Amino acid sequence: MTRTRILRLKINGHEREVAAEPNAILLDVLREGLGLTGTKRGCDMGTCGCCNVLLDGRPVNSCLVLAWDCEDREITTIEGLLPEDPGALHPLQEAWAETGGSQCGFCSPGFIVTAEALLREDPEPTETRVREALSGNLCRCTGYKKIVEAVLKAARSGRGVEVGS
Amino acid sequence: MTGTRFVGTKFPRPEAPDKVSGRALYIHDVVRPGMLHGAIKHSAHAHARILRIDTSRAEALPGVEAVITGFDTPELRVGFLRENRALKRDKVRNQRDEIAAVAARDPETARRALELIEVEYEVLPAVFDPVEAMREGAPRIHEVDGRGRPTRDNRVPMECRHHSGDLEAAKERSAFRVAGDYEVPWIQQSCMGTAGCIAEFDANGDLTVWAKTQIPFLAQRDFNRALEEMGLEGRNTRVIVTTLGGGFGTGLDTHCYEYIAILLAHRTGRPVKVLMDREEEFRYLSPRQSARVHIEQGCDEEGRLTYREVRVLQDNGAYASWGATFPTVMLLPVTSLYKVPVVHFDAEIVYTNNTYAQAMRGYGNPEVTMAIESNLDELALAAGIDRLEIRRINCNEPGEVTPMGARVGSCGLRACIEACAEKLDWRAKPGRNGRLRGVGMASMLHVGGSGRIYRSDASGIILKLDDFGNVNVFYGGVEMGQGLHSTIRLAIADSLGVLPEKVRVNPTDTATCPWDVGTHASRGAFMACNAALEAVRKLRARLFAYCVDLFPREVERALRKQRAGGPPPRPEGGAAPDRSSPPSAEADLSFAQGRAPGDFELEKGLVFVKDGPDAPWAKIPLDRILRAIHFREGGDMLTETAFYDPPSELPDWREGRGNMSAAYTYGAQAVELEVDPETGEVEILRFVSAMDIGKVLNPQALDGQVLGGLAQGLGYALYEEVKTEEGAILNPNFTDYKLPTAHEMAFPVDLVYVETDEPTGPFGAKGAGEPGLVPTAPAIANALRDALGVSLRTLPMTPERILRALDPSAS
Repeated sequence: MTRTRILRLKINGHEREVAAEPNAILLDVLREGLGLTGTKRGCDMGTCGCCNVLLDGRPVNSCLVLAWDCEDREITTIEGLLPEDPGALHPLQEAWAETGGSQCGFCSPGFIVTAEALLREDPEPTETRVREALSGNLCRCTGYKKIVEAVLKAARSGRGVEVGS
Repeated sequence: MTGTRFVGTKFPRPEAPDKVSGRALYIHDVVRPGMLHGAIKHSAHAHARILRIDTSRAEALPGVEAVITGFDTPELRVGFLRENRALKRDKVRNQRDEIAAVAARDPETARRALELIEVEYEVLPAVFDPVEAMREGAPRIHEVDGRGRPTRDNRVPMECRHHSGDLEAAKERSAFRVAGDYEVPWIQQSCMGTAGCIAEFDANGDLTVWAKTQIPFLAQRDFNRALEEMGLEGRNTRVIVTTLGGGFGTGLDTHCYEYIAILLAHRTGRPVKVLMDREEEFRYLSPRQSARVHIEQGCDEEGRLTYREVRVLQDNGAYASWGATFPTVMLLPVTSLYKVPVVHFDAEIVYTNNTYAQAMRGYGNPEVTMAIESNLDELALAAGIDRLEIRRINCNEPGEVTPMGARVGSCGLRACIEACAEKLDWRAKPGRNGRLRGVGMASMLHVGGSGRIYRSDASGIILKLDDFGNVNVFYGGVEMGQGLHSTIRLAIADSLGVLPEKVRVNPTDTATCPWDVGTHASRGAFMACNAALEAVRKLRARLFAYCVDLFPREVERALRKQRAGGPPPRPEGGAAPDRSSPPSAEADLSFAQGRAPGDFELEKGLVFVKDGPDAPWAKIPLDRILRAIHFREGGDMLTETAFYDPPSELPDWREGRGNMSAAYTYGAQAVELEVDPETGEVEILRFVSAMDIGKVLNPQALDGQVLGGLAQGLGYALYEEVKTEEGAILNPNFTDYKLPTAHEMAFPVDLVYVETDEPTGPFGAKGAGEPGLVPTAPAIANALRDALGVSLRTLPMTPERILRALDPSAS
């Protein structure tokens, strides 16, 4: 208890302060400490990808990352992909909604931030590349076809604004 | 009804923006002021007497608000046979039995407290195999049944059978007969959102439960019964359904964890959340029912089926949940898939000390279709008849009455089979790089007009129009990701005559929505849309009756306003109409006078007279009319309800007879694959799914249901199995329990929809939620036989099993 420390985290382009114990995982700090509940807890062991966020632009399982290790690094969550206009969506989010990539929706935030990392690296990925990049994310509803379609569609449409960088 | 504009078109789901932006609230995200976190202590043994539970150390842990056991709380009975208890007192019967629970300020404290609870057991002999459990002298799981009567053996008192025709005579008549034994495992539904609930009492003693459920109203009944058992007679439960995070059948029963949350909330006087993590979900939630299926089928010289004999043995585990009722769903495919004159079906369900099973998508159908369709291929082989041909010969047809009494309305099975035949290359061709190539197909039949398993199979709906032209929908069925709300929106937009964005489907809440039996049996869209169509008919009748008086005044007003330079009415969401030709001063308004209700129409949110002038001022926005009805002396607001109970019969399960659904959905899947005979690895090259769903209501949702079903079917066929040893779950995580990923689903899929226009269906549609996975495993098994020349009769068909089938002498 006594070792709780105030962390300064750079989340979605903003500096945020949050108290965290040394063993606190990033997922808990995002959800409980900062109210960023868009990041989902699916398995606690890095096997489902529901909790994926971007750490310095790379997708990580936030259930496997200690919050203390995230100071001075850029964290992007699903909330950080939203454009500033109220009601507007990020091109990937738009594509997800249009194709039906989201059914129960629980896996969507993790998939979308992972896809965002892929498109930042490779704006015109092949279908195989998309499937490879998303193979650490589980979905039980869609059979993945519409998810892959959504990523390819967003890639084709150009990705619009860069957020959090 | 107006013509369809939105039904059948691709439309994003209303909830999609919230889901893709992380705003949707799942049970994980819901927080109540002062909320505590519950955790549950489970049994350390598969079968043991509980001698003593010491909770004192747990109670002393700072942050712990309550520790409860079966000894200090009212006895809450659980399950349809009432032989389960929320917290066990006398003995534990499997390793998931709940024996104590903690409510604490945070989940970590609650879990730490569990470790401080000491339990003393007397370990009892256990039985883990249903055949052994039936032997005389086997350890008795339940000494008494749910009503306190002594039991005679370990059989679950659940009867479901069907005997029609003379089996022995049919066997003698048959030119060819083939028998086989099939085994299908427990699998985990694997919702990405794990299970959980929040229970909260108000100061009146009434209960609210935020639940991850597919049966809000049956849950209300169950929880109200629990309140009675707790001495809170006359109190009520309100069930609020959060965004679900996947259902797949997990939400079809009420669960011990929910009753425990209720007990903890009552003890502490504070809201209590119980949330399972992934490992707990694997260990303590009920998986899909496993089964052993013996089947024998025969045919005559021409390939016409002469009989089908099916005997099912189910390991029920320690308590009866819906897994025990899988035979009631098996009944339909066993008696009615293909024309088969003589059918004998028997099922035995036996208590053991294993985990107990619940519903999962398809509910008995994939289990038994695996046996029927695999065995049919072997029969074709024995009879020297082409595999497609035997299916064509025995194909179901419209108008048929099957041995169980299913009255087939629309039936497109033949077209589905032909589509599968056409899309794949059925000629043998060699595999690549020494691999073996195979093609296979399987058909399926499922309830398509709901499935009557209760006396009422109904769904109610309320449509409430407001001053802004919104159609607020209150429906008791559950949106769990299948696209129900989206489908309801399209159906109401079309039938009422408004734009889809004006139709707002509200969260499911027992306090506001009318009764619904539950979202199961592929019934969501069929039931909701049928109920909605009836309510829409009533709404339109009332609206148009008011128009007789109000419409002429509104037209006059619109005209006056337009002459004064005001804006003409704008169709909902549409572009402003052309203002270049203002109405002439002599515009004749007599067209609006003295009209009958039947002369009016509502389209895209504008009310007009059918043969009236095609001018902007002659079309009045719905919200304008609604306000005119509302804001006057003797005003009124338009709200209509409908309660739809489909035309079907509650079967007599002991006889296995009754027309259990108002419609039947047919389909077939075919697959082309390659197997590496050295490693047993299977690669799917192409899949075809052809389904007779009556009519495509919502293409985006339908594709999702079929493709998602197919992925689950692929997992069932090749990867998934809950492994147990002495009743303990050995693979409670996604490392050891393999789900298909985007990588395994990389093959092309042809989706074919056969539209047969079902007369009982809304817009002609039939249920489509479950069928996607029903024929997948046997289609793959049949393709593997085609490739390998040997039959695989146990799921999942893993590389090890494939290699063993190729070389039985290998260990």
